[in-house]
Amino acid sequence: MNGANEYDLLHWIPALPLAAAVIHGLCLGLWRQPLPRIATIALSCGATGLAFVLSFFALLALTELPAGSRVLQEGLFTWIGAGPFSAEVAFLLDPLSAVMILIVSGVGFLIHVYSIGYMDADAREDKGFQRFFAYLNLFTFSMLVLVLADNLLLMFLGWEGVGLCSYLLIGFWYSDEWNAYCGSKAFIVNRIGDFGFLVGMFLLFWALQDVGSGSVAFLELQTAFPLIADQMVQLPGWLGGAQWKLATLIGLCFFLGAAGKSAQLPLYVWLPDAMAGPTPVSALIHAATMVTAGVYLICRMSFLYAAAPGASAVIAWVGALTALFAAVVAIAQTDIKKVLAYSTVSQLGYMFLAAGCGAYGAAIWHLTTHAWFKALLFLAAGSVILAVHHEQDIDKMGGLHRFLVWTRLTFLAGVLAIAGAPYFSGFFSKDEILLSVHLADHVPGHAALYWIALFTAGLTAFYMFRLYFRIFFGESRMTRDQQGSIQESPRTVTIPLIVLAILAVAGGVVFGPSEAFIPIEDANSFGNFVAPVLATVHHEVERSLEWQLAAVATLVAFLGAALAYGLYVVRPAYPAKIRRLLGGVFRLVEGRFWIDELYDRILVQPLVKLSDRVLYRGLDARLLDDMVIGGTARGIRAAAADMLKFAQSGLVQGYLFLMLVGTLAIIGYLAF
Amino acid sequence: MTELPDLLTYVILLPLATGLMLFAIDGVAHSAGGSLPPQIWRGLGLGASLATLVLTAMLWIGYDPTRIEMQFVAHAAWVPALGINWYVGLDGISLLLICLTAFLVPIVLVASWNDVGRSLRGYVFFMLFLETGMLGTFASLNLLQFYVFWELMLVPMVFLIGVWGGPRRVYAAVKFFLFTMVGSLLMLVALVAVAWLHAEQFGVWNFDLVAVPGSQVPALLDTFVPVAGAPWWQTQSWLFAAFALAFAIKIPLVPLHTWLPDAHTEAPTAGSVLLAGVLLKMGGYGFLRFAFPLFPVATVEFVPLFFGLALVGILYGALVAMVQTDIKRLVAYSSVAHLGFVTLGMFALNVEGLEGSVLQMVNHGITTGALFLLVGMLYERRHTREISEFGGIAKPMPVFAAIFGVVVMASIGLPLLNGFVGEFLILLGTFRVNAWVGAAATLGVVLAAVYMLWMYRRVVFGPVENPENRGLIDLGGREKAVLVALLIPIFWIGIHPETFLKRLHPSVRETLRVMEVRTVLTDPPALAEPDDVVRR
Repeated sequence: MNGANEYDLLHWIPALPLAAAVIHGLCLGLWRQPLPRIATIALSCGATGLAFVLSFFALLALTELPAGSRVLQEGLFTWIGAGPFSAEVAFLLDPLSAVMILIVSGVGFLIHVYSIGYMDADAREDKGFQRFFAYLNLFTFSMLVLVLADNLLLMFLGWEGVGLCSYLLIGFWYSDEWNAYCGSKAFIVNRIGDFGFLVGMFLLFWALQDVGSGSVAFLELQTAFPLIADQMVQLPGWLGGAQWKLATLIGLCFFLGAAGKSAQLPLYVWLPDAMAGPTPVSALIHAATMVTAGVYLICRMSFLYAAAPGASAVIAWVGALTALFAAVVAIAQTDIKKVLAYSTVSQLGYMFLAAGCGAYGAAIWHLTTHAWFKALLFLAAGSVILAVHHEQDIDKMGGLHRFLVWTRLTFLAGVLAIAGAPYFSGFFSKDEILLSVHLADHVPGHAALYWIALFTAGLTAFYMFRLYFRIFFGESRMTRDQQGSIQESPRTVTIPLIVLAILAVAGGVVFGPSEAFIPIEDANSFGNFVAPVLATVHHEVERSLEWQLAAVATLVAFLGAALAYGLYVVRPAYPAKIRRLLGGVFRLVEGRFWIDELYDRILVQPLVKLSDRVLYRGLDARLLDDMVIGGTARGIRAAAADMLKFAQSGLVQGYLFLMLVGTLAIIGYLAF
Repeated sequence: MTELPDLLTYVILLPLATGLMLFAIDGVAHSAGGSLPPQIWRGLGLGASLATLVLTAMLWIGYDPTRIEMQFVAHAAWVPALGINWYVGLDGISLLLICLTAFLVPIVLVASWNDVGRSLRGYVFFMLFLETGMLGTFASLNLLQFYVFWELMLVPMVFLIGVWGGPRRVYAAVKFFLFTMVGSLLMLVALVAVAWLHAEQFGVWNFDLVAVPGSQVPALLDTFVPVAGAPWWQTQSWLFAAFALAFAIKIPLVPLHTWLPDAHTEAPTAGSVLLAGVLLKMGGYGFLRFAFPLFPVATVEFVPLFFGLALVGILYGALVAMVQTDIKRLVAYSSVAHLGFVTLGMFALNVEGLEGSVLQMVNHGITTGALFLLVGMLYERRHTREISEFGGIAKPMPVFAAIFGVVVMASIGLPLLNGFVGEFLILLGTFRVNAWVGAAATLGVVLAAVYMLWMYRRVVFGPVENPENRGLIDLGGREKAVLVALLIPIFWIGIHPETFLKRLHPSVRETLRVMEVRTVLTDPPALAEPDDVVRR
């Protein structure tokens, strides 16, 4: 801790939501005295709103510093210290974490407000209302700690905390077996990722300690890292025995953690199921904030990945394949939230693709715009779900544009943003990613990556417009009764939608357009702001190239949208025909390639069977306990009964007597 | 702070003395034709354990975390000719475990306030007896005195399981007794052998582990224990093996663990809590206090074996826990996994590993103790522990579900709760020795989430399908108080472990230093002339 730039308001940003969560928790958990509704709202929304205000002040304080040295810190106390190891509870605000806390507290606040209206209409059991806000506050706290943490260990605290809240909120309606199952699944799959995070962390600490650096703070890690950047490790024979770069190994471990949290192949399976949670949760945790923690981790560790080209290439390829895979699956889903979930997986793939190509700034920028438009899409979807009384199947909607004016307009804004319509927010971030992939000649197969990303952009436009048209256009596929009771959601729901829609439409132009498209000095204020803390790979870019790539991407997106218009508005009979034509292929996609079933068959079931039949029943109960231990006891008892007639009364005395005699004999021998 | 010289002795003896006194009064009352009412037994039993807790708190306050030598030392000759003494003292390691013991006993007494119907007097007496046994074991600095306490502790535990236990209580009690006896008798032989060596080298019998402060009398740690070239029973490897067997059974390490699920499942709730909370720690403590410093060369030789066994314990315990259908048995197997972590950290033989290991012993005592109490509360209501009998408990018992959730998360090792700190330090220490072992052990962290959450989900979530679960009553005031008392250290250790680690730093360093010094010891000291030996 250099102490030069202390900022002692920092800890209040996570502390406020924590305090609210603790108060809620004590009221509910111990005293069973729920707060009145209005107090719950004031406490929860107030805490998160104040955290946003403080975040904004922190940002202002940060921008007053010169561009190269924008760091604010605050240390509280030593958390864990033993031997040379020491981890502090300390916070670090630099441009990267500043962006993140603004997203978390800002989007978080809007979703808190939205939740008031949503949970009022949706609280299926008493006291669910305050419990929901308690979890939301706990989540906000954890996420803020995650992004503000000054060291890896504290970041892991937040990392696990958001996982816990995700678990609690997916299973929020716990009386439903399925929800509880999905919650556990999310936690356990994330734990597999955490295994990577932990091992990576241990390897990094171990390597740095060997070269005499005991600190685990990011800034010190970054300074000390060059000492071990070129270290090699010898893998053991059964792993091929090759020499690996230590940085690559550590990088891959951390990426496993990131892939778990951010739902990348092959660990994405929990995210679609996470849609079992209430819709505001899907928007906040499973779209805008928590699932992007993996991207944040990679960017935070960009100094490491810059020295680990192997790991970066893996990230780029996994990201691209995830983006494509999820986009393909999204086409065939009919559950409105499932489509959005796969779309989130796909967009996260884009971010990893960018990070893997060394364009960390582009990854964070897409993370930001995605937080706006995906939160918007989820919240708008929630508004639709409320209006149609918890129907989520788009096959049973249609023609809703007449009833839900605000919802439809804001949803359209989100669709245009994610599809990359020119000058919408997603346009700038997606083009930046496509551009950096196009230029990333240091990544093996970057040309293929570019084409995958471009094709996925087309798919994205197609499935998003399909969703839009299926919900809002065409003939209504509902009963007359249902149609009669449809009405627009309350204002606590629509106002957050409108705010997010404004960001999704105009946020890109205002904060971070490429200077090729808005030709003024420092137009890309976002990119210039975060650039100093990221180890971005730089390329010289011709403006004309940027224009060409943008034109191609826009054309592809337009084709996707036009195809969706043609199939679902102009010729609504065609999709069914195509479905029949494709037959098995379609069922494969609709069934999500049966990956869940595959995991269950080849991983879960065998492990349970092994544990139950072989380890427990076979080894533990039968072999060890019954045969070895029981056999010894029986043998001794039999021998005692045969040879020593006094042992009639059974096991204990005979056995004890034998031991006593033996002990005395040995002591006698020792003492002569 | 000035030390009260006999405070530690009072702490150790107070519970047993109260128990004996109660029996004496009861006897007098009996001969007069009456008897002490159960309320008096209960009240005074709890009073004695609370008084012990208060005295222990004074130890905690008076303990100076900056000093490395033993504190609160009391030394009195017992059998002077053989060097058997009443010799007690504390360092950070024993301080933590003594506090854990003194903390858990009143908790289990309150928790079992109503559920001991028959022979309450015996129950209270054995609990107090057990407390003295446990405290004495952790405070003993004389090897034979340690052995006496170690065996003494066995008696009340066997009775607690055998009299107040479940349907197969006698089988479980005998099994527990025999397993422990086999190990501890070998340990007795080995410790006599060490004293024999000491007597040969210094001409006088002495079972004191370390010299009394200010005295020049050589103690066991001054003894040279040969590595090779001596009769086999004098070598470090064999002596270490004999100690290690006793400790490994107690920990317990796979494959010596099969007494544990039975003992845990059959024991009454209070017995399970103390068994898991305190008795399982004796093994680890024995390694740290006696086996490591006395036989450092052998310790290092045995590291691969114990790494292997600990690793097997972590993974095997977790996998077997996963498929249990009885909640208590599941928790018992989870203990095997957790104690595997404790063993792993210990044998990493570095500061991080050792501190993590001791802290994890405390953590496991609190967390698993709380789990057993929670299971006991369910059992009291439903008289079953089968997971399939439950489901949807969160609906009728929300407070129970909330506290259960926190404890489950502590057991899984969620940061901000106690389990994480211990596991993290253990893994950190292990990685420094062998990254592959460390990585494999980290898998245990994943598996812990699997078996714990799976159980939690099946018990607490889902619809209430079994009609018997519909009318369950949520926790009462006494039950809440007990659990909240346990939640406090769960959060405290998780948020600010330095309170505890601070007291461990010097003691752990000292343990490692003594091991180092004794490792380079290659020759027996010149045999002292009988005149030079100061006789006490």
